[in-house]
Amino acid sequence: MSGTLRHVGWVLRGNPVTAAAAVGASLLLFIAFFAPWLAPYDPIASNVPIALQPPSAAHWAGTDQLGRDVFSRILYGTRVDLAIAFSAVSLSFVIGAVVGSFCGYVGGTLDRVVGRLVDVLMAFPLFVLAMALVAALGNSIENIIIATAFINLPFYIRFARAEVNVRRNLGWVEAARASGDSDISVVLRFLLPNILPAMAVQISLNLGWAILNAAGLSFIGLGITPPTAEWGIMVAEGARFITSGHWWLVAFPGLALMLAVLCFNLLGDGLRDILDPRMRT
Amino acid sequence: MSAPLLEVDDLHIRFSTRRGMVEAVRGVSLHLAPGETLGVVGESGSGKSVTAYAVTHLLDRASEITAGSIRFRGRDITRAGRHELRELRGSAMSMIFQNPRGALNPIRTVGAQIADVLRAHNRLSSSEARARALDLLRAVLIRDPQGNLEAYPHELSGGMCQRVMIAMAIACEPALMIADEPTTGLDVTTQKTVMDLLARITAERGMAMILITHDLGLAAQYCRRVAVMEQGKVVEQGEAVQLFQAPVHPYTRRLIAASPTRDSTVADLVEGDSPPPPVRRPRAPGTPLLLEVQGLRKDYARTRAVDNVSFTLEPGESLGLVGESGSGKSTISRLICRLIDQSAGEIIFDGQSISGTPARDFHRAPQRRDIQIVFQDPTDSLNPRFSAFDSIAHPLRRLDRLPSEAALRARVEECAERCGLPQDLLDRFPHQLSGGQKARVGIARAIATRPRLLVLDEPTAALDVSVQAVILKLLDDLRREEGLGYLFVSHDLNVVRMMCERTIVLRVGRIVEQGPSAALFAAPQATYTRELLAAIPHFDPEAMRETA
Repeated sequence: MSGTLRHVGWVLRGNPVTAAAAVGASLLLFIAFFAPWLAPYDPIASNVPIALQPPSAAHWAGTDQLGRDVFSRILYGTRVDLAIAFSAVSLSFVIGAVVGSFCGYVGGTLDRVVGRLVDVLMAFPLFVLAMALVAALGNSIENIIIATAFINLPFYIRFARAEVNVRRNLGWVEAARASGDSDISVVLRFLLPNILPAMAVQISLNLGWAILNAAGLSFIGLGITPPTAEWGIMVAEGARFITSGHWWLVAFPGLALMLAVLCFNLLGDGLRDILDPRMRT
Repeated sequence: MSAPLLEVDDLHIRFSTRRGMVEAVRGVSLHLAPGETLGVVGESGSGKSVTAYAVTHLLDRASEITAGSIRFRGRDITRAGRHELRELRGSAMSMIFQNPRGALNPIRTVGAQIADVLRAHNRLSSSEARARALDLLRAVLIRDPQGNLEAYPHELSGGMCQRVMIAMAIACEPALMIADEPTTGLDVTTQKTVMDLLARITAERGMAMILITHDLGLAAQYCRRVAVMEQGKVVEQGEAVQLFQAPVHPYTRRLIAASPTRDSTVADLVEGDSPPPPVRRPRAPGTPLLLEVQGLRKDYARTRAVDNVSFTLEPGESLGLVGESGSGKSTISRLICRLIDQSAGEIIFDGQSISGTPARDFHRAPQRRDIQIVFQDPTDSLNPRFSAFDSIAHPLRRLDRLPSEAALRARVEECAERCGLPQDLLDRFPHQLSGGQKARVGIARAIATRPRLLVLDEPTAALDVSVQAVILKLLDDLRREEGLGYLFVSHDLNVVRMMCERTIVLRVGRIVEQGPSAALFAAPQATYTRELLAAIPHFDPEAMRETA
């Protein structure tokens, strides 16, 4: 275990950008978990007398049209957006990795059929597809997660398929079969763990994208409904006031969104180095 | 003696790794006269390639020349600038590499790539360059040079690709050619034609050559002088004939002893006690053969990889399968192991047909534990996420119901000990083990379930000769002590001759010749077998005196 920590330390020392991204991502997770304790105000309680005040010592990011504290709402919003992104990405990762691995390992008809389905899926503009899915399935957080997971699925299937395909004829895969493993156990116990490092990069990049996607859907009024504190809704609501000079309503949630996406994208490369056992000498 | 073409003096090269600085080359001195051939031999990690890369300034950024000098035609080029290098490379010295196909650009035609080299150093019109490229392809004896000018690398065989590389290397008539393992990975017969060509071209054009190789025979046969490197140092250098007849340094002696020759035995390869005499008892009447293969055939989309192959194997016998790439030997080993399905034919193991069970269901067959396999590349054959212990324990967990975790540990440790693998290495992961240690893990895993037939698919092809010697000895002892039957697949005829009682020679999926190894190697009947035997590079003192 101490070896693992030392390895993580080594990777982060050589990669200050990854280290910064890791700190940023942990901070986001921390905020998501402890938002109720960290937020100075109730994110939903309106206080009209102090509506639309610019950033001040009392309200770091100002107040919105109903007098709600923007900073507190951003903290609470982290919760919603990260929860959606993590659930969606886990869902598409689990399904995509398993389906893709079997396609890559078995090949043949299965591979061809799934491959063409994936192609069809990727021919759609993915965000529009997500909108259509939420509209069809119903306006709820669960359906936002399902829609986000669904549009991510093709990437995971393709990725896992390609990674398994280059490994399926390696000696240790044949050795596993000679040791009495069935094809299913070869895929699940040998190939999947070995493609994890490569997939971790994909997961991290995808998390940022999923956050953006969730915020985007609520920006256009799908999924999460006001008064829930969520970055996309905050930007959507604040946009009405931007022409009257109330920039903080949009700027701060937008900034939070940007930083979150940036953190997870930068984390990707570092994660690959940490998880690859060959790097651990 | 004329002024030297190349002088390397007390060269030190350092690599920065995460473990700190590593001295890869520690004081190498070499010299080379114009037109001379020098062989640099050594095992992996000896620094032979790094030295060559330093001469051609191809070292990567993690490395640094810390001391010493490299002089080319009297001029110090140790720290030559970019401009100077451009002039040197190609026209003064050039290099050819292992894996020629990887060194060629896959999306450009061979002719275009040769023309690029020509035009980088000369003012030529495109038609002139093309004409010169054609001449070069003729010079390296590519068949149909006109047509192959338009060929892409993937359309050519490995040997042909290496000829194209040679054509590119000689395009600007350099004074020095450095060949880094130019024939590793090629078949012996191809190796012979490529090396003969290289020797002729360098001799005709008065080029000096440095041949970097792990193969002592190759160096002995094609180089006038040979330098032996070990751990970043030249331990011995001299005239090839003298060096191999009377090696002085203990490392050279060990290396020569470990290299299989026409008449060495497994016991000759390693120092130490002699092996137990062969104790195989004849098969009792009425008991079945260990393996009987009848009319085995395997078809792939466009080719027939294995065509009507039949043979038998007695319990405890070792049978060699030799052949060049495409001979179907690896396919046969996988068919016997039931990793792939045959197109036709029958495999009978211990009196029972096993070819009826499809390969995908064979993991449940009772014979699964009796037939195990050792793979070619020890690195490739170990799961990177399994420790050595887990790798060896895996078949036991799957195929043997051991009563407890303690029993499992005891068995794994016993297998490791059998294979000469120290206990404290069992917790390590493959990337923390050396090639020889990984090979031992692979063998320990294969014998863990106490199989009766072991298929060895080029078990030592990826190992250094000294490690190969030890592993061959281990395999030979194991077979005699455990009464294992071996199906030994190899492209190395000397190894098969030592390890196997009987040998089958394969060519494009068919059996060319088979018989007792001693007789087959002493008096081969088929022309193909004779060609194979003649192509093996050798450094037998007797033979060298004849040619000298």
